[in-house]
Amino acid sequence: MTVRPILLRGGRVLDPSRGLDVAAGDVYLEGGVVRHAGARIGDPADAEVIDVSGKVVSPGFVDVHCHLREPGREDVETIATGARAAAAGGFTAVCAMPNTDPVTDNQAAVGFVKRQGVEAKAARVYPIGAITLGQKGERLAEFGEMIQAGAVAVSDDGKPVVSSQMMRTALEYARTFGIPVADHCEDPTLAHGGAMNEGVVSTRLGLKGIPSEAEEIMAIRDILLARRTGGHVHLCHMSTRGSVELIRWGKDRGIRVTAEVCPHHLSLTEEAVGDYDTNAKMNPPLRTADDVAALQEAVRDGTIDCVATDHAPHHYDEKEREFADAPNGIVGLETALAVVHTWLVAPGILSLAQLIDKMSCTPARLFGLAGGSLAPGAIGDVTVFDPAERWTVDVAAFRTKGRNSPYQGQVLTGRVHLTLVDGRVVHRLGA
Amino acid sequence: MSPVLGKDLLDLESLSAEQLRLILDTAEPFKAISERAIKKVPVLRGKTIVNLFYENSTRTRTSFEFAEKRLSADTVNIAVAASSIAKGETLVDTARNLEAMRIDMVVIRHPASGAPRFLAQRIESNVVNAGDGTHEHPTQGLLDLLTLRDKCGRLEGLKVCIVGDVMHSRVARSNIWGLRKLGAEVAVCGPRSLLPAAIESLGVHHVFARVEQAIEWADALNVLRLQLERMQAGYIPSLREYNRVFGVSRARLERAPKDLVILHPGPINRGVEIDSDVADGPHSVILDQVTNGVAVRMAVLYLLAGGRPELATAAQGGDSR
Repeated sequence: MTVRPILLRGGRVLDPSRGLDVAAGDVYLEGGVVRHAGARIGDPADAEVIDVSGKVVSPGFVDVHCHLREPGREDVETIATGARAAAAGGFTAVCAMPNTDPVTDNQAAVGFVKRQGVEAKAARVYPIGAITLGQKGERLAEFGEMIQAGAVAVSDDGKPVVSSQMMRTALEYARTFGIPVADHCEDPTLAHGGAMNEGVVSTRLGLKGIPSEAEEIMAIRDILLARRTGGHVHLCHMSTRGSVELIRWGKDRGIRVTAEVCPHHLSLTEEAVGDYDTNAKMNPPLRTADDVAALQEAVRDGTIDCVATDHAPHHYDEKEREFADAPNGIVGLETALAVVHTWLVAPGILSLAQLIDKMSCTPARLFGLAGGSLAPGAIGDVTVFDPAERWTVDVAAFRTKGRNSPYQGQVLTGRVHLTLVDGRVVHRLGA
Repeated sequence: MSPVLGKDLLDLESLSAEQLRLILDTAEPFKAISERAIKKVPVLRGKTIVNLFYENSTRTRTSFEFAEKRLSADTVNIAVAASSIAKGETLVDTARNLEAMRIDMVVIRHPASGAPRFLAQRIESNVVNAGDGTHEHPTQGLLDLLTLRDKCGRLEGLKVCIVGDVMHSRVARSNIWGLRKLGAEVAVCGPRSLLPAAIESLGVHHVFARVEQAIEWADALNVLRLQLERMQAGYIPSLREYNRVFGVSRARLERAPKDLVILHPGPINRGVEIDSDVADGPHSVILDQVTNGVAVRMAVLYLLAGGRPELATAAQGGDSR
């Protein structure tokens, strides 16, 4: 069956990959690809015309870090529900972390994730393979075969690569194939038993803290090993001012280090833990206002390359317990745009073009994915959002199975209206 | 719902100076009950109280049980092995099941900081925190306040130093909040590896690295128990060295410019954080703390059950003073 062409009419067409910003233009998709993006054009024959005036039309968002829980925890998320949640959040592509059960550490497992993603018919799902077998940190996984099966990067996320020698080898081996090694930076001896940021709030609540240095020590180790090996290290979910300074140090020296930051670390502080709110528990933890300011500035000046959600659904029973025993992580796919817009674009820290660059163009480029552009001939992955629309977060309306969000009940600005993958609508607000 | 304290007693951080004074004042008349031949008043007759202990605590559990029984409440003790968390019933399920049996209050001791608040948000019954993780132990804080007020005649301007493992101590946090709110000056003293990184943020006036400095400065020392596990976890090299550097000894106290009141929440590790001749000496109020613990807990239970502070004297009968 051929897909009917679509004309997105009258929106603000914003494509930072080409420096394109047309106040009221058209985007025309046909045959699964972008045929035109820019000035107004006439109605092409047979096209479905969708009026998007007053909204922004951008390349589809790309999330290089989410947890879709399948296989293993289909009760909390499946690749299908995750891919639909992604589409609802304006993401046309997401990278699924391999800390599944069993771990996605071989070509068959990678192929399974890939196939489930295709079946979902929502956002594209790109598997990330494990660095080590079982994420145990002992034996290297078969990067080559996993890449052939569809993996776009490797990571032991959820756990750090503790052995520096293993990390060195992973960077060298990954360089052979030209893929990034995404590391969860955490010194396990410093972070051991910690439940939140070490600081004023942990002292008051009597919770064991995780010091900033647990992240920073691993960040600088990874940067130094990237310098040694020439490999591409991608630092996951950066959360501290110190990490920002270390990344800046590495980039100034031309080291191949890139980094992501999550919307929650750009917007919330340790104070959100309040009186033991487990929806404010994640790893790395929410830090201080000073860290948030440093991260916001780092996104603005490019020290941090992109925004990634670290979407981590949990069953509500698992979060409904004593703080120290509750699992880490929050859902993020369906609030990412609004959180970044509310905390960074609305106050003037980022322009809309920068937001799109950090959520689409750059992550696509870093992980070598199609998309992130509206250039003629590019894949038809497009997001349409209203940057001015105010809406109230209601976890009950989420597409993800997860309900664990610290933004529940908050009024945010910026809302996704339409998401297209391969020139087909995969999400329409209210539909 | 108590007009004075609200539904629960979860911590001292959220209480006002006025509320703290009210609890201490209410405890005064309840002291007399324990001194009588017949140690019982009908204040909580018909009330059902569950002592839900996820950690062993002979002293605190016994103290609560005496307080409850002397107020004529019906009590049930439940000891839950903390290790059953993974396979057993969740805390909220346990509490809901208890509540389905129509209880009035839960006194909870739990190894996880915040567990009493978690429970209080989910059940109708009054919840009393009997110590949660490394967070707070509010009734211990209250009994320390009462003992200090008895002994020194005032709390305003009193200089109290908490000595030892402040990082892992719920007693320390409750003491810091309670003492500060009632106008005392608070210091802490101990090895830096056993002080929380942000200890200054709790509003302590001094952080002493040497116990000699603490002794010179303070009117009273609250000496914390040093758990053997701290040495095993590597926070300090040995109990022996701890005693030599931070131990409260008679020799050290004799060099003090004045006599210090010595408190300890118990159980004592003799020869570790405190020497026997100090614990048993004339300035130790350790056993007064235990006695006051029952009175303070009676006051808390009475107030939470809706008792009015001005009627506490009448409630205890007043006929056998």
